[in-house]
Amino acid sequence: MSKVVVDYEKLGLKVGLEIHQQLSVNSKLFCSCLPELFKEDPEITFLRRLRPTQSELGQVDPAAYFEFQKGVRILYEASRRSSCLVEMDEEPPHAINMDAVEVVLMASLMMNMQPVDEVHVMRKTVIDGSNTTGFQRTAIIALDGWIVVGNKTIPMQAASLEEDAARKIGTQDEGKTIRYRIDRLGIPLIEVATAPVIYSPKEAQEVAFAIGKILRDTSRVMRGLGTIRQDLNVSLSKGALIEIKGVQDLELISTVVEYEVQRQLGLLDVKEELYRRGIIPDVLKAESIDVTGVFRDTKSKILRKAVDKNQKVFAVKLLGFAGLTGRELAPNFRFGTELSDRAKFWGRVGGIFHTDEVLATYGITPQEIVMLQTAVQADKGDAVVFVADTAENAQDALKAVVDRAQEACLGIPQETRTAKDDGTTRYMRPRPGAARMYPETDIAPQPISAEFVNKVQTHLPESAEKKLCRLGKQYSLNEKLAKQLIDSEYLGLFEETAKSSGVSASTIAAFLTETIKALQREGIDTSQVTEEQIGGIFRAVGLGELAKEAIADVFSWLSKNEGKTVQDAVAVLGFEMFTEAELKIVVERIVASNKEQIEKRGKNAFGMLMGVVMREVRGKASPDIVAKLLKEAEAAQS
Amino acid sequence: MCELEGLGYRGKALELLRGADCSVGDILEISSRGRVYEGILMPRFGAGAAIIVKLKSGYNIGIEVTDMVEIKRLGRGAKPAFVAPLLPKQNPALPHVVIMSTGGTIASRVDYRTGAVRSAMSANDLLGVVPELADIARVETEFVFSIYSEDFCQRDWSELALRVAKRVEEGVDGVVIAHGTDTMAYTSAALSFALQGLPVPVILVGAQRSSDRPSSDAATNLIGAVRAAGEAPFAGVGLAMHESISDAAIVVHRGTKVRKCHTSRRDTFQSVNGLPFAVVEDRVVMLSEHYQRRDPSRRLVLRQKFSDAVVLVKFYPGFDPSVIDFYVAQGMRGIVLEGSGLGHVSRVCFESIGRAIDRGVVVGLASQCVGGRVNMNVYDTGRDLLGLGVVAFEDMLAETGLVKLMWALGQTDDTRQVVELLRADVAGEYSCCTLLREGSLHYRGGL
Repeated sequence: MSKVVVDYEKLGLKVGLEIHQQLSVNSKLFCSCLPELFKEDPEITFLRRLRPTQSELGQVDPAAYFEFQKGVRILYEASRRSSCLVEMDEEPPHAINMDAVEVVLMASLMMNMQPVDEVHVMRKTVIDGSNTTGFQRTAIIALDGWIVVGNKTIPMQAASLEEDAARKIGTQDEGKTIRYRIDRLGIPLIEVATAPVIYSPKEAQEVAFAIGKILRDTSRVMRGLGTIRQDLNVSLSKGALIEIKGVQDLELISTVVEYEVQRQLGLLDVKEELYRRGIIPDVLKAESIDVTGVFRDTKSKILRKAVDKNQKVFAVKLLGFAGLTGRELAPNFRFGTELSDRAKFWGRVGGIFHTDEVLATYGITPQEIVMLQTAVQADKGDAVVFVADTAENAQDALKAVVDRAQEACLGIPQETRTAKDDGTTRYMRPRPGAARMYPETDIAPQPISAEFVNKVQTHLPESAEKKLCRLGKQYSLNEKLAKQLIDSEYLGLFEETAKSSGVSASTIAAFLTETIKALQREGIDTSQVTEEQIGGIFRAVGLGELAKEAIADVFSWLSKNEGKTVQDAVAVLGFEMFTEAELKIVVERIVASNKEQIEKRGKNAFGMLMGVVMREVRGKASPDIVAKLLKEAEAAQS
Repeated sequence: MCELEGLGYRGKALELLRGADCSVGDILEISSRGRVYEGILMPRFGAGAAIIVKLKSGYNIGIEVTDMVEIKRLGRGAKPAFVAPLLPKQNPALPHVVIMSTGGTIASRVDYRTGAVRSAMSANDLLGVVPELADIARVETEFVFSIYSEDFCQRDWSELALRVAKRVEEGVDGVVIAHGTDTMAYTSAALSFALQGLPVPVILVGAQRSSDRPSSDAATNLIGAVRAAGEAPFAGVGLAMHESISDAAIVVHRGTKVRKCHTSRRDTFQSVNGLPFAVVEDRVVMLSEHYQRRDPSRRLVLRQKFSDAVVLVKFYPGFDPSVIDFYVAQGMRGIVLEGSGLGHVSRVCFESIGRAIDRGVVVGLASQCVGGRVNMNVYDTGRDLLGLGVVAFEDMLAETGLVKLMWALGQTDDTRQVVELLRADVAGEYSCCTLLREGSLHYRGGL
């Protein structure tokens, strides 16, 4: 699908951002456990069921109730280092982590927000198992601020302090048990929300970047994949308000917004087309039919496996949908994908088949398709959707498919969607109704005194302009390099390394900006190398254990060899430096074997000899020492 | 007292809110430090003077009251109420179980308007919230009290015993009592003594997490309790709670041999010096071999009187024996001493203890160890205490001993008869031998 030129202003695009980032503090938000994840097998597991409770309005969230009725259970995994009884919901929360409050306060003040006088922790109902309690604890720290991005002032609605959720590890027992790891649960997060005043995909990305930079400027937020998450609220004037959760990569934001606009426009087209065809919700019946017989002798591997397992194939007719299920809404994303996502969520099935796709790919024969169409009484103008699973799951799935098809006649359903790595989004759950937020009665209100605010205010990190000026002066960096450093993730590391490693500041700065970018373009996953490791590389250079020329190679090797040290890299890559004595032997050998040339060229032979020696010892010897030894050898010759 | 005061506002905040004619639930506009906040006025609990408003986003914040604060009422707020859920259909073929509610976490919910945890759920609400109960039993609900368990006293045990007896005599298949967990084991002991010869199970049940939170243990506990009340082969008073921190098995402990052992965990209740009655998952599996069988033809004997002239005194190094004299002077008729080890208190107490017994006060001795049996024949101290007329409580829990002495003194004024009652096994509070469990002190559902 080619990119379309879209007039976002005319479409009435409005985007609001919610940026979440983990804070770099010593313990979790409501207990003293370490904010770290574990990879080993869990030391502790326990099983829970979460029961939907009534909201203030006496309503029960339908998605939550559905999951519960299906008997979904959650198996939690924990380690003793990262979780105590608080995360297990076996003990009330301890007092709020004031270091975390301070970081959020700092970021709020940098975004010109007004701190609240008293912090009240709230419970936000979340019943998918990601919180052992069934709610997420969250509190507003400051309100009503602004930041300037480009020439525009972006109003900031609020900065909150929240506990991060448990990590979903997988499912088992045909989807009836969900496994979550509670190591991440309780790690403090800052959430910053803008007003919905962003009008283009590009602007969304710029604002997200600007907020991310302010958060980094606090130097109290965590770095790396999984520590930052952007949620987007996207709406078109003729479309719907869609909440997109969990965009991890900043660079992806504009693509996500573009694709969402495309998806909404595509769905509006589908609606128009259905209207022209005279299809209204009422004509779409959720009458799924057992068509297992059609596939009794099928050669299709997927269906064969299901039938052999004694599962059923069910099918449903979507009246007048021929050609529409295959309609592309975004790259590799069809209307059929929307149907499939619903089927997966409500029916716990692996996926669906529909007659708008090339079914031969799955080994389904034209004859089987005809039999299928006959079984559900579909003609050319209809689409048939079918699915193989247990009878219960298959029927739930097809009911969800018909529900979604009915919604398509009306327009775009309001949904919470989740972002994929390619920028497309998938159905996550229905948008929650009225905010189900009620007070966390186990935690006393926390006053924010004027003294506390003043203390944070007077210690705010320096602004970007001041920083630029200082970097120029202190490290003699040119403006371009200094700017790049400020925009990079490595400013703190740069200053530390420039002061302590003995390597020149411009070498370090160039590596941390230009070289790292170049390596990323070559496909190196630079996030795999820790700041500690990078610091180690420069310390090795400073001590003369590693040549400057070998920095990039050592870095690349470390990115591919988790848990190894700089010394390992040097050893494996053969970058041990020549000692002066070893080098002397090389130099003398080369001088001896080039006697004729030296005599012929006289003093001009030096450059040629330097070239020959360096070719042999590059990355293992400093050019200065080679030059010195070469001069000594020449002197000895003459 | 006006509503605002009752809901925690005082001083300048109260004055301002009154001036603007505001009450809790109203929509306000508050200006402070150049910012304007719009939200719903919330009540204030505990310390602090800030005005609490709920913003449109659902978040609460506190706004400090200064001279610069201005308040305007924008509208009267609607007051949301708890909508009782539809009650499930009852199946007449299932056992008839009455759920009585007395209060506590299991019956509490947050008042969304005020944020306070209230004992607000009737047994009917519980049934609406846990509709699966209708698949296990024909459930009827009865409201008894709405009190925190720490506020229970002897009068409440008597009242509860009367109410249970009435339903049992009507022929129900079992009774479940929703109770606060703090003193639930005292109540289970009290009912064990008061309801003798029970033909059916009477099961106390509680929750460590309030039932309005998705992760509450209330539903699982309640389902286990109702199943035990309706289906279990034993009769008598039991106490049903989580076996572990998982929402899986529910253990039914014997009413006289159970203690709350953890301040917050779901599996806080543990059987001490005896096996639990049963464990409940999809069905009831008996763990104990010694129990009275369910028998609807057996006649219940109700003995619901308890004396309130009994104290529990814990011995510790340096204990001042004049404490005992004080209680005697106060007119106490029974004293349970929680002694050390096998059942000892310092010799400096002997004189006071002897004086108390001479005046007709009944003195019992239990151990402050978590498990094991009192044996006062091993050391001189023990033998001397027995000589003074102290009653050894064998392997009975100190709390159960306290309740039993209250009960015994409620039955008779004759000290000799009281001592006889204390020595007899009335409701499974004594076991004849202390069983060794494999490995350690721990076994399923017990210490």
